[in-house]
Amino acid sequence: MRLQDPHKRIKNFKEVELGYSEKEATEEVKRCLNCKSPSCVIGCPVNIDIPGFIQAIQNKDTDLALEIIMRYNNLPGICGRVCPQENQCQKVCVLNKRGDPISIGRLERYASDNGKIKIGKIKKNKKKVAIVGSGPSSLTCAADLAKLGYDITIFEALQKGGGVLTFGIPNFRLPNTIIEKEIKVIEDLGVKIEYNTVIGKTITLDELKEKYSAIFLGVGAGLPNFMKIPGENLNGVMSANEFLTRINLMNANNKDYDTPIGKGERTIVVGGGNVAMDAARSARRLGSDVTIVYRRSFEEMPARLDEIHHAKEEGIKFMILTNPVAILGDNSVTGIRCVQMKLDEPDESGRRKPIPMINSDFTMNCDQVLVAIGTTPNPLLVKESGLKHSIKGAILVNESTQTSDPQIYAGGDIIGGNATVIQAMGEGKVAARSIHNKLSE
Amino acid sequence: MFKIIKKEKIAENTYSLQIHAPKIAKSAKAGQFVIIQIDETGERIPLTIADYNKTSVTIIFLVIGHTTTKLSKLRKGQFVKDFVGPLGNPTEIEEFGDVCVVGGGLGIAATYPIVKEMSKKNNVIAIIGAKSKKHLFWLEKFEKVCDKLIICTDDGSIGQQGFVTTALKSYMRNNHLARVITVGPGIMMKSVSDLTKSRVRTVASLNPIIVDGIGMCGSCRITVAGETKFACVDGPEFNAHDVDWCEFLNRLNRFSKEEKHICRIRK
Repeated sequence: MRLQDPHKRIKNFKEVELGYSEKEATEEVKRCLNCKSPSCVIGCPVNIDIPGFIQAIQNKDTDLALEIIMRYNNLPGICGRVCPQENQCQKVCVLNKRGDPISIGRLERYASDNGKIKIGKIKKNKKKVAIVGSGPSSLTCAADLAKLGYDITIFEALQKGGGVLTFGIPNFRLPNTIIEKEIKVIEDLGVKIEYNTVIGKTITLDELKEKYSAIFLGVGAGLPNFMKIPGENLNGVMSANEFLTRINLMNANNKDYDTPIGKGERTIVVGGGNVAMDAARSARRLGSDVTIVYRRSFEEMPARLDEIHHAKEEGIKFMILTNPVAILGDNSVTGIRCVQMKLDEPDESGRRKPIPMINSDFTMNCDQVLVAIGTTPNPLLVKESGLKHSIKGAILVNESTQTSDPQIYAGGDIIGGNATVIQAMGEGKVAARSIHNKLSE
Repeated sequence: MFKIIKKEKIAENTYSLQIHAPKIAKSAKAGQFVIIQIDETGERIPLTIADYNKTSVTIIFLVIGHTTTKLSKLRKGQFVKDFVGPLGNPTEIEEFGDVCVVGGGLGIAATYPIVKEMSKKNNVIAIIGAKSKKHLFWLEKFEKVCDKLIICTDDGSIGQQGFVTTALKSYMRNNHLARVITVGPGIMMKSVSDLTKSRVRTVASLNPIIVDGIGMCGSCRITVAGETKFACVDGPEFNAHDVDWCEFLNRLNRFSKEEKHICRIRK
């Protein structure tokens, strides 16, 4: 697939991957073996009929391809871009035995970018369901229930929809226009969205319970984790969440917008996940020299391979097996002290545990530190809701995503945290089915 | 879109806007704040709720930078794009006894609903201070809701000449206080906190830089009793004696370079 040239793209926030041309898509679908019992479908968390939509592309019917995908997935343009297909459908593709699976994600994106959506007539019932938050789990739950005829209202705390898709993922990976387009499709199903409405503050959960037959909580991740090392509250140290929100939601990178952002001349990003890559690549685009510091090795790095590869192409340096122990400076950051790590036996996560090497500490100069080491579930609603939750604040649910209050369901990062878009969507789907089953009793 | 139903210049460089927002008004409590974004290109800024009735919320602001200048140019009948709240935890209001509420500068606005609600259960002494008479506002409203009002100005143009801390110190000399609540410039709250340390339980309402205000970004983090706390969800009120004031004051300047720049290029 064509990519924006690294030298050009570090000066803009436009999409890096440019998508398949018709010719490229046609070439790619020809390779599909159309297996009798396709393992890709099982590898997909929402079990999209992958051979079905690939056949439709082969027949040059992108509208049908998109229609097939949308029977299973309401956010095809988003998933085609940000799903970790290499660990899901493409991982189990028969052709992956040769190391060259069908590029299912790119084809999904191709169908979504080129197909036209038809919305069939929906037979409405009068049952009302409230969805809290408008991230991937909420949008999925809302769309599935709307298609079944429910009267759906989404309550969103921010001024824009999409949740983490909007404030978390940069435009160069997932353009806001794609999110807006897919939200519009969901609104066309009859879903209403009330922005600037914080459930638990503007409206209480009890008020919702009175007015709606069921409630789905997809309020997502919340407070960022910090390392708990000296100097972390110095000026110039930000969570990747804050840095990305300023850019993605508030357009701080655009001089016509008022939200300020520190540009940094030398930025250290701490972490090895997709959020760390997003923060690093955004800082690079604002003109900073960027180094990613990660305490394990490349092998354990949770970010997608493509993202690591793109980051390297963009001139971002990686210091693996390195862990910060202090951030230095009086009022603002001037440097960071790190130690070198080595890998020991696997820990409870199954990854080899990093341990510090004695007398290995060293100092690097920097004027910005972005911390991307995960988040905890959003604290805003959990405390007041009275719902059963874990010590870390994740709402506890049963296998049908029902919480300790039978009227309330939950999915996405609020029930676990730091998961993928498609996993959140999967939970939104389960919730929609459970809510439908319960309300049709 | 949220409609401005009343705009008033209430003091030097200081305006009040009454904004139609029934849902927020219905849930608002003393001590909480709202976030406002004027238009598409605007930033999200937190402002304390200065007053509320059944259908509207009043905010007060000092024209100090780009966004507040823009806000001051809006007229009655016009709209702000986004208005969200009430955010943060409400002020803890119990029967405490004699409570002193100390407000300075723009912080006076935030103390009004606190004084009003607190005085329903307590004997409330309000000490409010500003540079001079022309920077003060709502004196009559305060008279109506508190048991004793002490006014301080730097130049003595009204009330006592001197800082609010001087007035608080002399009041404490002859009277017992069960609790002090302070809202105002960081340095003033720090002085109040230093004065009451190990004498009176003191609560400070902090106003750090906030982006989302709903517990996501960590912009508003501060150190309280040695632990990182988030003003938007854990606060905005904290035990003043536990706050790391130096860090708090330093973090208010996080974007001073960028903010000066924007004010210069847009003027």
